[in-house]
Amino acid sequence: MAAMTPTAARTTPEAAAGAPVPAPRPGAFRARRRPRVWRGAVLALAGAYFLVPLLASFVFTVHVPGQGISFEAYTGLLAADGFTESLLLSLGLAAATIALSLVLAVPALVAVRIGSPRLRPVVEVMCMLPLVVPPIALVTGITTVLRWGPEHLSRTPLYQTFLAVQNESFPVVLVLAYTVLALPFVYRSLDAGLRAVDVPTLVEAARSCGASWPYVVLRVLLPNLRASLAGAAFLTLALVLGEFTIASLLGFQPFAVWIVSISGAQARMSVAVSVLSLLITWLLLLALSRAGTVPSTAAAAPATTSRKES
Amino acid sequence: MSATSTAPHPPGTAGGASRRRRRGPRTWLAALPLLAFTGLCFGIPLGAIAFGAVTRTDPATGATALTGEHLARSLQGPYLGSLVGSVQLSALTALIGGVLGVIIAQAVVTSGSAGLRGAALTASGVLANFGGVPLAFAFIATAGISGVVTQLADLGSLGWNLYSFTGLTVVYLYFLTPLMVLVIAPALDGLRPQWREAAQSSGATTGQFWRHVGLPVLAPSLLGGFVLLFGTAFAAHATAAALVGGSVPLVTLKIADALSGNVLTGQENVALALGLDMILIAGLVMAVYLPLQRRSARWLR
Repeated sequence: MAAMTPTAARTTPEAAAGAPVPAPRPGAFRARRRPRVWRGAVLALAGAYFLVPLLASFVFTVHVPGQGISFEAYTGLLAADGFTESLLLSLGLAAATIALSLVLAVPALVAVRIGSPRLRPVVEVMCMLPLVVPPIALVTGITTVLRWGPEHLSRTPLYQTFLAVQNESFPVVLVLAYTVLALPFVYRSLDAGLRAVDVPTLVEAARSCGASWPYVVLRVLLPNLRASLAGAAFLTLALVLGEFTIASLLGFQPFAVWIVSISGAQARMSVAVSVLSLLITWLLLLALSRAGTVPSTAAAAPATTSRKES
Repeated sequence: MSATSTAPHPPGTAGGASRRRRRGPRTWLAALPLLAFTGLCFGIPLGAIAFGAVTRTDPATGATALTGEHLARSLQGPYLGSLVGSVQLSALTALIGGVLGVIIAQAVVTSGSAGLRGAALTASGVLANFGGVPLAFAFIATAGISGVVTQLADLGSLGWNLYSFTGLTVVYLYFLTPLMVLVIAPALDGLRPQWREAAQSSGATTGQFWRHVGLPVLAPSLLGGFVLLFGTAFAAHATAAALVGGSVPLVTLKIADALSGNVLTGQENVALALGLDMILIAGLVMAVYLPLQRRSARWLR
């Protein structure tokens, strides 16, 4: 799952940017009859395959056999046991993850641009490595490390830290794990944004006008990176809201784990929540591709694509 | 440790020459939190996996000894079966998803309609991200035992079973195919119409064009896409966990079982060894993928 999100992020703005450009495909194909039929059939079949599960899920949630149409699965959601808690927990985790990953990545990437180009490969590898480790493998390592707490460190002050990060009400350990998982996407998004602006020139210009360093970063650089910051935040939010593996194996109950836990007793509601979460993801990504059509990002899009591909 | 505190390590008001020299080491500091974080929160668990996979701690004496036992066990019996099952499922879904993705992308790209293209790529972006638990439940509602389509089309009497290898393949294709569309569409754009015109005016048939021009140019992208799909399917856990539980042997499900203590104690190290196996396979996948992507990028400019 991890590997796919960046592709989407990268290509969506690219698609948006590519759309206004007249397609470079002349009538050579269009002139022929058969490809057109073939194309229509392919698109229709693909459309059916991708739409049927969505429509069927919706029908499943509103149609109770023998009772007709009922929207109970949706209306009963707010009152459902654990819904609010798990959703709030997921949103809180998402906010913390977004904040932590941006706070870590933005200074590092800006620094690499301005003054330490030699660090660049190191930072890139560090940010990309989590792609190689599937979440399920990462969680085996995390449980092992967490077990060290009671086994070896119970008499040291570190033990308190181990307990604190596993606090039921706000498991910091999940934030740390999610930040690791999110780093590749945050890196790609930010790197694409930084590529679009001439950072050294901007910094030199601002500095020679007498701007202080905090001013340069907050008022000059970050506004230029708005679209890619938003992109990174959206991707991280989608990742955290849908994450199941790590949370369930560490024994916490954010949103995705909650959906599974109610599926036995309230199948209809679990499907309803799934449909809703798809809609939310959809809206987020649409917003993301809108953000990508801001002129400055659109200009940068081709570079983003070819580069990130490598 | 915010952007404000780390990024600005002002070179002060020193003159130009000294500023130049000082900027290097100071900006380096801003990258330090990131490196420290990944070292701590990523490096330590990774080290724990590698260490636990190759050592054994005697519960009586507490002595730790190097052993290949766990890795050997992770490549035997049911564990080997689960690894093979995962590889088979990933290879099959990557192959089918890759072929379908190329066909759909070609249909979209050659349609010449910017609107269709934009819509298809945006939809692909959404669907490629629609994995995990929600997807599993959408399919249970659609094609599960009491699913809408199952009942309408009476799939049950046709031998359809969602909670099987075939069912899992159909579900995986739901997010792998759009992923392939996303990956391959830029490559298909890179097939310039001039090349086809040149081939046609030299008297080449469509088949010859594809065999001698199209496929060789696309080959790195196709392979790269296949490998990416394989890696994605291989690492997927949530969808399978919510859908089939344990009825299909997959390495991710086996690791989860071993971790949550559903099996005998002392399996943690085998889980670590399986995790190491997965990392090695995923690392291999990335090692193939990155050079291929670099190669294909040459044509996409």
